[in-house]
Amino acid sequence: MQHTLAVIVENKPGVLARVSAMFSNRGFNIHSLAVGPTHVAGRSRITLVVDAPELEQLKKQLHKLINVIKVHELDPNQVLEREVMLVRVSCDVAARGELRDTASLFDAKVIDLADNSLTFELTGAPAHLSSFLDQVRRYGIVDLVKSGRIAMKKTSDLSQPAKTSVGS
Amino acid sequence: MTQKPYTGSNSLLESLEYEGVEVIFGVPGGAILPAYDPLLDSRIRHVLARHEQGAGHMAEGYAMATGKVGVAMTTSGPGATNLITPLQNAMMDSTPLVAITGQVATSAIGSDAFQEAYTTGLAMHCTKHAYLVTTADDLPSIIHEAFHLASTGRPGPVLIDIPKSVLNQGTTWKEPSLTGLPGYKPTTTGHPVQIAAAIDMIEGAERPVLYVGGGVIKANASEELLAFAEAVNAPVVTTLMARGAFPDDHPLALGMPGMHGTYPATTAIQHSDVLVSLAARFDDRVTGDVDSFAPHARVIHVDVDPAEIGKVRQPEIPIVGDARSVLTDLIARLQAKRGDQPAPSRDEWFTQLKTWRAEKPLSYEQDPNGPIKVQYFIERLHSITGGEAIVAAGVGQHQMWASQFWKFSRPRSWINSGGLGTMGFAIPAAIGAKTARPDELVIALDGDGCFQMTMQELITASVEGIPVKVAVFNNGGYGMVKQWQNLFYGGRLSSVDLTHHTPDYPKLAEAMGCVGLRAEHPSEVDVVIDKALSIDDRPVVIEVVVDPDEMCFPMVPAGGSNDNIVMGPEDL
Repeated sequence: MQHTLAVIVENKPGVLARVSAMFSNRGFNIHSLAVGPTHVAGRSRITLVVDAPELEQLKKQLHKLINVIKVHELDPNQVLEREVMLVRVSCDVAARGELRDTASLFDAKVIDLADNSLTFELTGAPAHLSSFLDQVRRYGIVDLVKSGRIAMKKTSDLSQPAKTSVGS
Repeated sequence: MTQKPYTGSNSLLESLEYEGVEVIFGVPGGAILPAYDPLLDSRIRHVLARHEQGAGHMAEGYAMATGKVGVAMTTSGPGATNLITPLQNAMMDSTPLVAITGQVATSAIGSDAFQEAYTTGLAMHCTKHAYLVTTADDLPSIIHEAFHLASTGRPGPVLIDIPKSVLNQGTTWKEPSLTGLPGYKPTTTGHPVQIAAAIDMIEGAERPVLYVGGGVIKANASEELLAFAEAVNAPVVTTLMARGAFPDDHPLALGMPGMHGTYPATTAIQHSDVLVSLAARFDDRVTGDVDSFAPHARVIHVDVDPAEIGKVRQPEIPIVGDARSVLTDLIARLQAKRGDQPAPSRDEWFTQLKTWRAEKPLSYEQDPNGPIKVQYFIERLHSITGGEAIVAAGVGQHQMWASQFWKFSRPRSWINSGGLGTMGFAIPAAIGAKTARPDELVIALDGDGCFQMTMQELITASVEGIPVKVAVFNNGGYGMVKQWQNLFYGGRLSSVDLTHHTPDYPKLAEAMGCVGLRAEHPSEVDVVIDKALSIDDRPVVIEVVVDPDEMCFPMVPAGGSNDNIVMGPEDL
């Protein structure tokens, strides 16, 4: 089962190594990881998606790391999640129009093109990105890169999970 | 002559003095060189070990005998890598340690420079925390933090890696404060609701057992434990790390549980209805097969480290807190609840325990003309010294026999390597303990296999004037490994033979500046013990030539159920 963790850490050398090493030490696999500074000076936020049957022990082990300040497990029903994806899809000139139509339904931007491919940039919830890939897979995916997932707790019902996939 | 500038090295020594350090166990070398110069002018004693691993274990022995933070200092590269074993050992046994390692100059880090190793990376998994100091101005605060981390919460080792350029950098010393640890707030006091619930559960128990771990000794909670055990009227088992936390001659004491524990201790846990774990961690050597461990027990788990709670066994009542604080609160709650009413008598339970004790005691046979049994030597040593000693042990059969047959009466009198099982621990750890407690008799009980791993530290002991006693039980091999090969590999003995004859231990001891003695016959045991106790100006090594075929029982085979205790070869 996948869990999303938000880990607030001191922005000090080695902190990311400690966090990721703790997971491998305890035999857990990190599915996705994103790290960046927060609005508070000296604090970074690590967003981790992990495959684990239960998280209690992992959360406690994270807390034991001296540079870890807070650990939150994000409730999958109360979370805003985003990933960024760049994907190059095989496409001859004749098929461009059709592919661009599909892309526009997903708010995917064309950021590069060649005679035999189109490259899209796409931001959204993980399911949105997967749906887009499902739609374009038949053209042939030449290259793909995804950022680690970033996530934040929802504050109200108003913040709709934007762009959560078309038709799914 | 112009005055020498004040550098990182001066700041390091001043900081260590500020933290109250009395002694550093170490070995110098290239990168740490600058620190060894002001050390000459410092009031801190330096004990020059013969190997960095020895320095680390000495610092552990010092810490275990006193509760103070032990300090080891080595150079970069091999000096640091040789410290890894003591660091992991201290990590497993929660021993407060600060390790200071030299590092190549900051400009050379990452260039594969001479004697460079990625020390903070190597130490990441075997320390509570590891620092790389990048500027000399940070030294006082980092050292202050390191001592704080090592000694508070769940104690453990902290490493400070200091590049040579930082040691040589000009700086000033500023009084440190603890502002730099926003994520470190150990919980020390148990939650009152949980405390009250625990007392209700214990009071209602018919077959309670107090399962006491090493954390009771770390927390200096032995007095509180004694008061609590008597107040609730429950039997006490002490794990390998907790030997000495509760007096073995107390009527409530059942001894050590687990793989080589006493029958009553291990069996009492199996039959308990309420198991109160006090700063123990449900180690596999205690639990055996976890699924069949204490199958009827509702568990109360007290630990200062929240990660220990529920790691192996889910407790019904978790209490996060320091053992001493929690025991104090438990006693207070009990008094508030019960007043002057006596504790439940639990006659049936105590009758049962008495039966197990009588039917399945620890036992061995000493043939008056046969080879010496380790158990016999330990019993004689205890009797002759009146148990007034600090005992250190290596790892293996002799360690288990020491834990079984030495009757402990006070905390910090048993120094051994529990979690990591580090052979060779006894001699350097005993040296560290004797350095800390020069007025105490300190005896290392060692095996011949262990002795050959760290014996060179006896040179340290004789040169530094640290007169420890060492009993080397020479069974001519790796006794515990041999026991397993005999029991589980059909007697096919593979690489366990060390021979009884080489080296000549008394001669080797003499060559290292110690007195060397030998006992080969049971009648010689008292004589050599008396002789060893009469010498106090040098270390003494007693070679005790023992039965090579003796096996250590009781035994629960690894991963087996604690319901199936093997009392001797006839049970197999």
